[in-house]
Amino acid sequence: MPEDKTTNKVSLKRVIIKGVLLFLLIDILFTPLSPLPILGQISAYNVIYPGRVRLPYGENPDQAYNLSLFNLEAMFASHVLAATKNPVDEYRVLIIGDSSVWGYLIKPENTLSGYINAANIKISNGRTVRAYNLGYPTLSLLKDLLILNYATRYQPDMIVWMVTLESFPVAKQLDSPIVQNNPSTVQNLITTYSLNLNPHDPKFATPNLWDSTLVGERRALADILRLQLYGVMWSATGIDQYYPQSYEPPQENLASDETFHGLLPPYLNPADLSLDIISAGINMTGNIPILYVNEPIYISHGENSDIRYNFFYPRWAYDQYRQLFADSCSTGGWHCLDEWNLVPPDEFTNSAIHMSPLGTQTLAFVLEHAILSLTSP
Amino acid sequence: MVASILAIYWLQPSTPIRHLDFWLPTTCLALTILTWILTRPKDTSDFRANIITGFVIAAVILLIGLTRYLGSICCLTATRPPAIYEIFLAVTLITIFVILANRFAPGQVGWIYGCIILIIGLFVALKFEPLTKLMSIGLRAMNAQSVELASAFDIKWLGFSYVAFRLIHTLRDRVNGRLPELTLKEYVIYVIFFPAYSAGPIDRVQRFAQDLQRPFQLSMDTALIGGKQIFLGMFSKYVLADGLALFALNSNNSSQVNSIGWLWVMTYAFAFRIFFDFSGYTDIAIGMGQLLGIQLPENFERPYFKQNLTLFWNSWHMTLAQWFRAYFFNPLTRALRSDTRNIPMPLIIFIGQLSTFILIGLWHGISWNYAIWGAWHGLGLFIHNRWSELIRSRVSNLDSRPRLKRLVGLGGILLTFHYVSLGWVWFALSTPAQSWNTFLKLFRLV
Repeated sequence: MPEDKTTNKVSLKRVIIKGVLLFLLIDILFTPLSPLPILGQISAYNVIYPGRVRLPYGENPDQAYNLSLFNLEAMFASHVLAATKNPVDEYRVLIIGDSSVWGYLIKPENTLSGYINAANIKISNGRTVRAYNLGYPTLSLLKDLLILNYATRYQPDMIVWMVTLESFPVAKQLDSPIVQNNPSTVQNLITTYSLNLNPHDPKFATPNLWDSTLVGERRALADILRLQLYGVMWSATGIDQYYPQSYEPPQENLASDETFHGLLPPYLNPADLSLDIISAGINMTGNIPILYVNEPIYISHGENSDIRYNFFYPRWAYDQYRQLFADSCSTGGWHCLDEWNLVPPDEFTNSAIHMSPLGTQTLAFVLEHAILSLTSP
Repeated sequence: MVASILAIYWLQPSTPIRHLDFWLPTTCLALTILTWILTRPKDTSDFRANIITGFVIAAVILLIGLTRYLGSICCLTATRPPAIYEIFLAVTLITIFVILANRFAPGQVGWIYGCIILIIGLFVALKFEPLTKLMSIGLRAMNAQSVELASAFDIKWLGFSYVAFRLIHTLRDRVNGRLPELTLKEYVIYVIFFPAYSAGPIDRVQRFAQDLQRPFQLSMDTALIGGKQIFLGMFSKYVLADGLALFALNSNNSSQVNSIGWLWVMTYAFAFRIFFDFSGYTDIAIGMGQLLGIQLPENFERPYFKQNLTLFWNSWHMTLAQWFRAYFFNPLTRALRSDTRNIPMPLIIFIGQLSTFILIGLWHGISWNYAIWGAWHGLGLFIHNRWSELIRSRVSNLDSRPRLKRLVGLGGILLTFHYVSLGWVWFALSTPAQSWNTFLKLFRLV
């Protein structure tokens, strides 16, 4: 009996010591290996279930069967774009932008890409235009550039970049959580394209040693797993966002405030806008044409609508932005469209940039023609 | 005991009704002490020790109440405990009631049945939404809170279902003369033993007391076995069950699904999710029990690998099934058998199984869906019982044909698993119409 006890004691000690050592080893090795990007590429989407038609984003995962995560590899691996290389008969158009492109409150088939694909447009050489929704619901051109940086690996034939003034202020560029949580890629973009931003801005998430261990990254790992598991529900229901029964329409009566992100009338200084990020897009994509589109906004007719167009924009700032945008397009020789007033106020849902299916269809129709004209010899 | 008392206050979730997260565990303790008084023999041998235990319980309640004044490090409970004078008053009232009950109640069968009715009444009030809402209205009115906001979800009494089973078990065994003498301390530990407090298993007090009375020193083997079981339980619950929960069948997704194949996947996911969830909790409880010297009974024994429904129910939530067998099914069938009208045996089995399983269903919540789920299993067990009788002779012939026997066994596993999985459709969804519609969808009938 005493011998047994000794043996047991030794084995328990060994088990505990081995367990702790093994745990520490795996935990610490996780940091230099940083396997999250590689793990993100392993995806059941496009294999077991169909790829998502818009990037993962979700505020109510239980009801939306979707979630927000920061692992761009995992996000793209779950997208239908990652299913195949660009087929020879496909003219691949990637649409990037904010929540109006992603399709807040509207179903996948009612987004810009949904309508463009439904139109089944054929370009002059017989290839069919296939649009991919790469919108992501935060307002920041740097966020768009980050997504474009990943998207270029998927052999696009054209980029449609939907923009609005709210994405332009320099001070807003680093506010998007996905930008803050992909520091090395974004810092690399800032230095490569000499953007007017600080690559060491404190807004960047700066994980310490503990944060980058296995334990520290447990949330990111769980998010990758949850994204895979929600694929079942995406496949089973086609639902990727929570559609509330009702929502507040855009604000009709506005404050008499004339400031725009702390900027005062009468002049909008181009240095306060991140026009350099737009140029960076051109540099990044090389020969691939980019169509820049100033997206439609809600135009209020209520109280103080002589001062502001809507909740986001005082008239002076927005008017000058349109002029600056047009001047930049003209100077740079960029392909641009300004569709700011294309959609009537009734066709906006819950904000000054979120359009209804009909409003989106109206814009999609304009885009179809623009795409066709850009592809014409 | 002190650890268990602290745990039941700590585990109790917050509720919109002010201080209810403090009063529910307190009521649980009061009910436990009352039940002990009713079940103890008239001449308790260790009077002094029981008095000390009573004082310790009162002191712990008052100490938990004092955490209200700890400021930022407050509290053990989900919200700040009530004012100390209120707790003092409550403890005093409980003490007076306990003294009176101790004077008049021990050995009185009427009091015992009264207590059983009280526990069942509380149970029904907590499981039947209209009654729970009424309770909420009453409690809100007492607290001067808005009664318009009252909801059945206001009252979440963690662990009461299992506490009720243990209390009724001891009360019934007291009447039957099968209950050993227990000190107040042993009794309280048995009822609120924290590893098994919220999700079982439901141990028998006779066995539990043996473990409790046995001197215990944690051995290396026990520590390893217990630790492994806790780890496996946590993996089952927090990885497997919680992962499956993301796409398991529920009231929301059942109407959204657009393919029969995925609907089957979601139904299977629910079947495995509920298994891993429940068995995970049980493993954690058993593992923790082992570390504390209590060998709690197993609750699951590979239930989805059983060849028929009877074997399934002998391996799924075993302690619950045993409880109902001992305190409902057996007494009922005994009574029916001794009935002068000579009720045929198949009918006795039918009534016994159907009513037992409807009760098990209603234990989960008083709703049509749980009742139908219970009836589904009661009926399934009856059919299996009759079928077994019918083919008994043929089954014995299979022994000479092992390959066929294996095939029949596999077929039995698949059939049982699917019968159970389809039963979960009643359990997972909230209305019979929704469940029926899902059934039709599963078989392409809609």
